[in-house]
Formats: sequence, structure tokens, C-alpha cells
Amino acid sequence: MLIETKNLTKRFGGLAAVNNVDFSMEKGRINAIIGPNGAGKSTFFNLISGFHRPTSGTVLFKGIDITKLPANEIAGLGISRTFQTTSLFDQSTVLDNVIVGHRLRTKSNLVDAILRTKRLKREEAACRDKAMEVLEIVGLTESADRIVSSISQEEKKRTAIALALATEPEIIFLDEPAAGINPDETEGLTELIKKLNRSGLTICLIEHKMHMIMNLADHIMVLNYGEKIAEGTPKEIRRNEAVIKAYLGGSASA
Amino acid sequence: MKILTKRNGIIALIIFAFSFPFIAQNDYYLHMLTLSFIWAIAVYGINLLSGYTGYLSLAHAGFFAIGAYSLGLLTVKAGMNFWLALVCACLITCALGFLIGLIALRTKEHFFAIYTLCVGYIIYLVIDKWEGLTEGVRGLIGIPAPGNIGPITFDTAASQYYLVLIFLLAVILIVYRIIRSLTGRTYMAIRNSEDLAQTIGISTMKNKLTAFVLSTFFAGLAGALYASFIRFIGPDIGSTAIMFDLLMYLLVGGIGTLSGPLVGTLLLVILSQNLQFLQEYRMLIFGPLLTVIIIFYPRGIAGAFFDWQRKRKDNTLSGVRGELHIKAEEG
Amino acid sequence: MEILIQQLFNGLTIGSVYSLVALGLTLVYGILHIPNFAHGALYMLGGYITLSMMTLYGVNYWIAMFVSIIVVGLLGVLLERFVFRLLREAPPLHDKIAAIGILLFLEAFAQFVWGADFHTMTSPYGQVVNILGLTFTLQRLLIIVSAIAVMVLLYLFLKKTYTGSTIIAMSQSREGASLVGININKVAMLTFMISGGLAAIASSLASPINLVFPGMGHLVILKAFVIIILGGMGSIPGAIVGGYILGFSESLGATYISNDYKDIIAFILLVIILTVKPTGLFAKGER
Ligand SMILES: Nc1ncnc2c1ncn2[C@@H]1O[C@H](COP(=O)(O)OP(=O)(O)O)[C@@H](O)[C@H]1O
Ligand SMILES: [Mg+2]
Repeated sequence: MLIETKNLTKRFGGLAAVNNVDFSMEKGRINAIIGPNGAGKSTFFNLISGFHRPTSGTVLFKGIDITKLPANEIAGLGISRTFQTTSLFDQSTVLDNVIVGHRLRTKSNLVDAILRTKRLKREEAACRDKAMEVLEIVGLTESADRIVSSISQEEKKRTAIALALATEPEIIFLDEPAAGINPDETEGLTELIKKLNRSGLTICLIEHKMHMIMNLADHIMVLNYGEKIAEGTPKEIRRNEAVIKAYLGGSASA
Repeated sequence: MKILTKRNGIIALIIFAFSFPFIAQNDYYLHMLTLSFIWAIAVYGINLLSGYTGYLSLAHAGFFAIGAYSLGLLTVKAGMNFWLALVCACLITCALGFLIGLIALRTKEHFFAIYTLCVGYIIYLVIDKWEGLTEGVRGLIGIPAPGNIGPITFDTAASQYYLVLIFLLAVILIVYRIIRSLTGRTYMAIRNSEDLAQTIGISTMKNKLTAFVLSTFFAGLAGALYASFIRFIGPDIGSTAIMFDLLMYLLVGGIGTLSGPLVGTLLLVILSQNLQFLQEYRMLIFGPLLTVIIIFYPRGIAGAFFDWQRKRKDNTLSGVRGELHIKAEEG
Repeated sequence: MEILIQQLFNGLTIGSVYSLVALGLTLVYGILHIPNFAHGALYMLGGYITLSMMTLYGVNYWIAMFVSIIVVGLLGVLLERFVFRLLREAPPLHDKIAAIGILLFLEAFAQFVWGADFHTMTSPYGQVVNILGLTFTLQRLLIIVSAIAVMVLLYLFLKKTYTGSTIIAMSQSREGASLVGININKVAMLTFMISGGLAAIASSLASPINLVFPGMGHLVILKAFVIIILGGMGSIPGAIVGGYILGFSESLGATYISNDYKDIIAFILLVIILTVKPTGLFAKGER
């Protein structure tokens, strides 16, 4: 198992946003998390990526307990993520946004910067190369020098993915990558995710677009009110009574 | 060959700065420029933290005062050699900056601004009240001018001007190199979004603390130079009035730009010197100016200039693209 | 024992003033998330206007205070309309800078109009009274009573009137408020008006026992910030309780620790609070 959560729970005041969730993600697969708004999906991501401390429970990465690690160290281990709302730096270019993504793999410090050492120059070149490489993967080579505020929503999503890829992750968590983009572009994004997966990257995504999920995911978990109500292949999920109930908000026969 | 390149412009400016004492046969102008350069060093410090890392510090007049008083006390009361005292003053400021930063940087945004405002005020109060050490409101007098290095002495206005100019150029070079390096990119990533910075593996606390300490170093250095240049210091140099002056220089010149601190400081210091009659009331103009600048030109004069330049370039570029487009259609 | 009671009474007096100032600051913060650094300058201006009305036009203390409330309140409205509204979508840095610009202007303005001297305001309630062994000027009693009356009125306004409830609604959620049809701009202007009015009341009450000068708002605003961090940024009861806590700490600290350093107490308090809890006491939720 690449990632495992055990009894993972997060309470905000009285509200259990994530409640006792056990979930495992196998290496090389595309995992998906679905559920109504407010079900706790983003919070689940936040717990794994070290953004929130769980109230109880553990997160394991390749069997190692990472529950208490700070977010930046978790990223260093090879766990990367995007946010539901992209927070890129609007005033600078796509390339400049992505270059810093490789910073965690470099060692140069303030002294290197002031003295402009060989190490700094070498690492700057490495970051630039990495950025161009991941921009190529997400199909943004042409837009590298454009200012972020002037690119489309879909291009911003791709830039955010490129930034996450620049950290050289083993697993990437995508929070609603297709929200707010049109069907054609969703198609393109689906292809991108498949491509990333074929190159060996493990993926976990949150998505509301059922069609996309069903066609993409190997393994799906359904959250409702913070609890896992179902888990399985797309086929199994489609037939699951509890899921149908949660989504239709009433009895399955309705 | 283009002569009007940015690089040549900078070289010309530096040459001009070095020949200024020969051009201006007047100590008054030299004095004014030296003083602006000192302030500019402190403003570069604030810019590194507030402009590039995104943390608005209102404690830097306090660090300026710590640098100034450290130098003053070490030379006047402990009789220490000037250069040694200068190094010590910077180290003392950094050490205090480190301790304060460690706590202050746990807070964010408004909390950080209010926290540092209060820290600045505490520093001011301590200097003002701790008469046994600082002489309180009477101030410290008789601070020596920079001691000579071998045959070079610093007893004329021109020599002090050169000394400060060299420090300023060194500070600008350091800041330039930082912001163009991976370290600078890291700071700007933190400014943009601390959460995002963390998820791409950046240790935000470590980086913020480095930026904070370095920015207090610049403020402390400026303070120490100020003390030896003016030869007299009082608690007022750590007051919020000085803090707001520095902030104004930064914002008018352009926060988060490399040239902003120098442009803003020179412009406003010279302007207020020429509006001598306004001295006490200069805030009647500068206060609204600050507010208007932040509403309409949030990146100050330097930022407005770059935007204008970019727009012009974009226009010529799109013109070229348009032509290509027409050609393609014709072909 | 007698000293203690006397000091507690003094604490109640300055605490009342602090609470009023902090209330104005917290209202604006709660609704617009602006830490209004210019609030101290509004306080200062309120003092000068009341003073001028009394000395120049020989107006009665209460009428002078009323004029001051109106003028400073309207100034608050102008600031909202022509400065802060333009910055609503801007990064948080911009509000703070704009507020500092306003502060600098107002102080220079006061110095320009009234000079840099210290003025005393003579209130009609200067007589010394002696109750239960306590000696104090009537003005101090007046401060306490008026401040509490203002707080009760404010409470009734916020809880019992429709307009008041729109302010509460907006402080809970700006989006929510605009969804149910509340006019955000109107509420913002109203809040600034109340905030300015509270500052004017506070300074008009406090001036007879303090002095009126251009820098009189400096310490007060800093302390008000400490108070609202103590009581929770945006919390109304927090501002009141925090104001009194600081008032008592200072008057006791002045007697039992050091009069020289009494002004530092607030800042030490703040440093301790933010060291232990960087998001302030009673922060809403976590990140
Ligand atoms: N930082 C927070 N503080 C308090 N409550 C939160 C916080 N983050 C999320 N929540 C609450 O947790 C629940 C789950 O939210 P979230 O994980 O964002 O849902 P989803 O991503 O499935 O739509 C919601 O009720 C939300 O209001
Ligand atoms: Mg979500």
C-alpha cells in the first residue's frame, strides 16, 4: 500500500468533518473520492497532506507513520497535491510559477544566493529544466512565458498540476481538477490524468463529474457526512444502495 | 549596438553617484544624500520582508534604533573601536531580530502587523525609560565618526558619503542577488500563498525567519551608520513616526521592487528638504499621497513605470503579431 | 486596602474609556476585516472638536460632545466610502497602509489647526466628591456611567433593531448577508459611523482627566488593538471585557509595579498572548 489511513478523524468543534475513515491507495492506481458537498473530501486531503492535524487516527506512507509530519516534509516524501481553488501567483509567468515547485529538491541557501555559487547556478538550471519538462507533460510549453492572469481557467488548472509535478511526487492528490471547465476541456484533462498514471504516478482525485470519475478511476471511495459509506470499483459503486441513497437524498426506490 | 540598455543606465548612475562630491561643491547636498542613503538601507530591509516575503513589519524603526544605540553605547560607554562596534551592533540587532522573529512570525497578516507595531513600541519605551543605560530623553552624545582604515579617514562629508554609498551599493547587490535566486523565489512563493508554499515542500518558518533576520540586519546597519553620521541619537529614532516615514519611502517608491526603496527615499527626502516650510505639516501632503498611492498604484513609482513599459512592449509585440497574421492570410 | 479600592475605581474609569475605543475598532474589524490604524486619530479628533466647541463657541459640554460625535462619525463614513470601499478586493496589506496614511494626515491636520501644544479640557463636573472613603472627581464617575450607558444602548441597537441586526449578520458572513439582500455598502458606512462616534464619545469623556494633544491617540489605539486581540478580533463582548481587564491591570500595575512602565503592561500582555496563541484568544475555527 502506498498510502493507508486508519480510523482517521477530524473534528471542527462539534462537527466531525472526517469520521473514522480507513482507506488504502495502491501504487500505480487511480483512486477517486466522491461525495456530496461538505462531505469532508477536501478535509481528508488536508489530513493526508499534513495541512490539518487529525483529531485521531493515523496516516501511513509506505508503512511509515506520517501523521505528525509538517506539510512541507510530507511534500518532500513525494506526496503532492493541488487545491480546490487554485492559488497561483497571478502577476508572474506560468514558468516562474512552476520553477519554484522544484525548490524542495535543491539545497542552495542564502549564502549561495549572495555569492552566486556554482551550486546555485546548477540548481537554478535544474529547476528551470524541471519546470519546462512538467510544462511539456501538461501541454503548456507554448504558454510558459504568459502571465498567469491572462490564461484560461483550464490552463490555470494545468499549471497547478505542473507545479505539483515539479516536486517529483510518487502520488498526487487532485482536488476537483475539472471544476469550472467545459466538457471538451474536461476530456483533455481526463487524458492528461491517464497519461500521468501510465507514466507510473499514483493518483487520487476528488471530482463531482460522475462521467469523468467512472471512466477514469480504478478504485472509488464515497464519503457522506465525514463517513465512508462505500468503497469499490466504479461498477460496484454504481450499484451500491447506500450511495444511491446519499446522492438522491432519499430512499433508493425514489 | 543599443546604448540605452538597462545595464548601461545603471553603470551611468553609479558613476554619477561616485562623482557627485566633485559636482556638488556643497556639503549640504552631500549631507542630505548621505542621510537618504542611510534611510534607504533600512527601507531595503523592510522591503525584503514586507515586499518580497509578504509580512508587513512595523517594528523596523525599533531595529534601526537598536542598531544605532548598540553602536552608540559600545563606542561611547565601552570605548570600543568603531568598526568592531559596527559589527557588534549588527550582530546584536540580528540576535534580537532572531528572538523576536521566532515568536512574531507565528502570527500572520493583521496579527503580525499589530504584533510588530507593539514590539516596536516596546523597544521605543525601553530606550526612553531605561535611563541608566541609554540616558533616556537626553540622548547619547559624542558618538565618534567612523574610525580610519589604514590611511583612509572618514572625517570629511565626502568620505562619509562614499562610505555610506558603498554600504548602500552592497546592500542593493545583496538584495538583487537574493530576489533573483531560488531563495528569492521561495520568499515570493510564501508571499503569494503560504499554504501553497508549504505543499510544494517549502519550510515556511525557516525561510520567513531568515528573511526577517536579514531585514533586521539591514535596519540595524542603517541605524549604526546613522548614529556615527549624526553623532547624536535620542529615543525618537525608534518611534512610530520614523517607522511610518520608512514605510512611506517604500510605498511611494514601490514595495516589492528593487529600485523602489531608493527612488522613494531619495524623492521624499529631497522633497521634504525643499518643502522646509512644511516640515511639521508635510504629512498633510504625504499622508493622503500614501493612501492614494496604495489605492491606485499599489506598487509605487517603480511598479507604475514597469507596468507602463510592459504595456508599451505588449503593444509593439501585438503589432508585430498582427502583421504576421495578415501575411499568413495573404500567403 | 483603601489604595486597592481607589485603584480598582481608577481601573474602572480607564477601562471604560478603553472599552469604548476598542468597541469601535472591533466593530469595523468584525465587519470589514480592516485593522483601522486610523481609529486613534479619530479618537484624537473627537477630543479636539469637543474642546473647540466648548472654548471657541462656549457651547455646553454635552452639546459639544454631540457635535463631535456627528463630525467624527461622518468622517468615518467618508473614509469608508472613499478609501476602504475602493480597497475591498485588494490584498490585506493595502487596508493597513491606507489607514496609516489617513492617520498621518489627521495628526498633521490637528497640529496644523490646533498646534502641537497640550490643552486641558475643563468639564463642568470637576468637583471632588467623597463617597465611602473614596475620593474622586465627579468626571470619573461620569465616565463610568456614560460608558456603560453607551454600551447598553449599543447592545439594544444591535440586538433589537433591524438595522442593528444587519450589522450582526454581516459580521457573521458577508456573503450570507448579501444573499439575504442586505446592502453591504450601507452597513459598512453605518459601522464606520458608529465606530467614529464611539471614538468621539470616548475621547470627549476622557479628555477632562487627560490632556488634548495631536499624539493623544497613539497609545490608546495600540492598547485598543491589544484589547481586541485579547477579547477576540471582531467580538463585541470581548472588547468590553478586554477593555476592563486592561484598565484594571494598568491601574494596579502602576501602584504595585512601576508607574514608569505601566504603559508597557498592555504590550507585554499582547506578546504573551500571541506567543501562546498566534491566532489570538478565541480565534474563530482553525485554518
Ligand atoms: N478549517 C475549517 N474549520 C471549520 N470547519 C471546517 C474547516 N474546513 C472544513 N470545515 C467543515 O468541514 C466539513 C467538510 O468540508 P470539506 O472537507 O471542505 O467538504 P468537501 O470538500 O467534501 O466539500 C464542512 O462542513 C466544512 O464546513
Ligand atoms: Mg472540497
